[in-house]
Amino acid sequence: MSTTQTSVAVGAEVEPDYLACSKGWKSWLFTLDHKRIGVMYLIAISASFFLGGLFALGIRLELFHPGEDFVDADGYNQLFTLHGAVMVFLFIIPGIPAALGNFVLPLMLGAKDVAFPRMNLASFWLWMFGAVFFVAVLASGGLDTGWTFYTPYSVEAQTAVIAAATGAFILGFSSIFTGINFIVTIHKMRPVGMTWFRMPLFLWGMYATAIIQVLATPVLGITLLLLVFERLTGAGIFDPNNGGDPILYQHFFWFYSHPAVYIMILPAMAIVSELVSVFSRKPIFGYKMIAYSSVAIALLGFLVWGHHMFTSGESKVAAAIFSALTFSVSIPSAIKVFNWLATMYKGSISLATPMLYALAFIFLFLIGGLTGLFLGTLSTDVHLHDTYFVVAHFHYVMVGGTLFAFLGGLHYWWPKMFGRMYSEKGAAISCLVAFAGFNIAFFPMFPLGAKGMPRRYWYYLEQDFISYHQLATVGTVLLGFGLLGIVIVLLRSLKSGEKAPANPWGGATMEWDAASPPIHHNFHHTPPVHDPYRFDDLRRDPATGNYSRTDAAEPVSSH
Amino acid sequence: MTIAEPSTPVQHEAEHGDHPPFIAHHFEDANHQFESGKLGMWIFLVTEILFFSGMFCAYAVYRSMHPEIFSYAAQFLDSKLGGINTVVLICSSLTAAWSVRCAQLGQRKGLILTLALTIIGAFGFLGIKYVEYSHKFHDGLLPGKYYQVQSESVADVGLAPSVTGAEGDAATTEADSGAAGAHAAVEDEHAGSHAPAEGPEPDNVKIFFGIYFAMTGVHGLHVIIGIGVYIWLLFRAIRGDFRPDYYGPVDFTALYWHLVDLIWIFLFPLLYLIH
Repeated sequence: MSTTQTSVAVGAEVEPDYLACSKGWKSWLFTLDHKRIGVMYLIAISASFFLGGLFALGIRLELFHPGEDFVDADGYNQLFTLHGAVMVFLFIIPGIPAALGNFVLPLMLGAKDVAFPRMNLASFWLWMFGAVFFVAVLASGGLDTGWTFYTPYSVEAQTAVIAAATGAFILGFSSIFTGINFIVTIHKMRPVGMTWFRMPLFLWGMYATAIIQVLATPVLGITLLLLVFERLTGAGIFDPNNGGDPILYQHFFWFYSHPAVYIMILPAMAIVSELVSVFSRKPIFGYKMIAYSSVAIALLGFLVWGHHMFTSGESKVAAAIFSALTFSVSIPSAIKVFNWLATMYKGSISLATPMLYALAFIFLFLIGGLTGLFLGTLSTDVHLHDTYFVVAHFHYVMVGGTLFAFLGGLHYWWPKMFGRMYSEKGAAISCLVAFAGFNIAFFPMFPLGAKGMPRRYWYYLEQDFISYHQLATVGTVLLGFGLLGIVIVLLRSLKSGEKAPANPWGGATMEWDAASPPIHHNFHHTPPVHDPYRFDDLRRDPATGNYSRTDAAEPVSSH
Repeated sequence: MTIAEPSTPVQHEAEHGDHPPFIAHHFEDANHQFESGKLGMWIFLVTEILFFSGMFCAYAVYRSMHPEIFSYAAQFLDSKLGGINTVVLICSSLTAAWSVRCAQLGQRKGLILTLALTIIGAFGFLGIKYVEYSHKFHDGLLPGKYYQVQSESVADVGLAPSVTGAEGDAATTEADSGAAGAHAAVEDEHAGSHAPAEGPEPDNVKIFFGIYFAMTGVHGLHVIIGIGVYIWLLFRAIRGDFRPDYYGPVDFTALYWHLVDLIWIFLFPLLYLIH
């Protein structure tokens, strides 16, 4: 452990950064460096997101008019299935942990790497391998079961169910490897002085996410394996035609897939906890409660899967218990929102682009979370189940929540990852366009669903529903333009952006002690541990835009 | 789940002067690396337990819903071979634990011997499993649509499991004539490999064999993976990689092997010893 830290980026000019230290595609594909693996993940999941976005655009364009416009009913089934499967398995679940988490987590610990670098690389390769299966599905007859693979239809469907299930199975391993790596890294690689309650909240969020990845994903693995087994042999485990139980499939599936919802949202909350504090220049309010609430969400998330099955024929007693447990999840979620608001209260708020995303997240997650209560209530869910209300609800959480937080984190750590500042103006405009487009696309779906439009339908009553559908399609196109703008702004920064200082935002966590971009081994010496949410001893140098600690700053490890 | 870098010692000494070759650059010392690896292995074992838990859960649901299928179909499993396999696997677990001790004490010969014995035990398990599986295949005691006995067995043996669910009635009528002689043909062939079935055949016996093959198949796959890892360990032990301050891979693989053993110890009574 080093004892002193002089200047932030001393020696960065001497030693090349992680992007430049070695060259050639092999130095990337076979790298053990968590930063490069994170960047490769970032590129890969962005490509998946683009693919899933094309499917989404296809869905919305088809729904502009009722009935067949340019795909038939079967084609439509394939569109929404592939949209869901690609977005869930290839983008949202690996998104924040594997791309941003991989890059940031060891840096935040002042460590040289994650605990198991080779397993980390294996995780990326498995992801690529699983993604290949998904692409193979496109080439071989598509998939029309919905991303949930519900039996008995998935046993009978003539589409490429086995390839898709195999792909998801492999992706599950990738997710487990990331989870194991993060748990061990957080347990074993913390620097001296960083106790559990001095960890940045991002790490708490990653830890809670990793617990879910490790505990839930294997159950999806065995479920998909049994599904493939059922399809190959007709074993009669899930298929009622052979004496099996399709409800058992739903139990198994949601035992993974409901906690998976928290694999999607917990990292998003973790990012927002960082952003809100840094851009309010105020210590996070209620640190311990935010940390505990992450773990509480992770654990409670395992007890609520039955709320996906209120209308599937589970017993009334089970439904009532699952409903009550579902409400309990809203408590830790609300604690987080209140604490973010309290952090901003009387803070010196800067509306930099990452903060815009954080604010968008809070606004959209609030709507997404509160509409979840309608669906957790038995009586209203019977009416709203499988309508567009559900579609709107989970898009507000997954897109409005996870995607916006992901973009916020991406903008926040972009200077650290690539050493360049992006155009603040362009980024802010893109953010606002995406925010507006998202709301125009998805808010109409709440009344649409409440009025009775079922999800996954290709045809609808023109007089009742067409205006909502057309509004949603317009919003989707607008959202697409916003996302396109983000891509342009970020890619342009790589070419013509200003060089980023080590600490452009004034963050107090340890990744900002590394150079931008960091050297191959992250730090020359492990930097001293400071309070991750103390900003009053950081001063901005107007000449370079860099924040550095004043002499009065006392590391917590030197006591 | 290995931590050591694959590169040669020379390279490593050059890069990190103060690090012994077997310690990856991001760990402080041998103990740090060992503890991290061990925690990682335990978490991995948790995922394994949850992976199998799906099938144990399916087992529990179907057994409580259709106890008659289980008590009928379990008669076709050979508890003698299953029992022998249990002993074989427990012995290989003993040699696996022994290999850890040898590695800790730096006994290279003992390590090589115990690793080899563990591999032999694992192959023995698979061999016996192969004999069992081939009997099942021969008798058509298979999952789902493959569930059918050979034609002469259906004709000769009223109680033999049959393809369509409606055969239950037929089995009942034929039971009067041939309960005692049931499976005589099969027994002749396999030298008493299983007891004659009692009572009429319930519907959907194939569900049992679906669960049987899913559970033992996935378990067998874990044994095969274990053999692969142990062969790699044997290779490294012969090369002399392990020493008292670096034996993590041996320790972690033994943990995995004990879990594979433990799962079998649950599978055996749940599948074979229903009667």
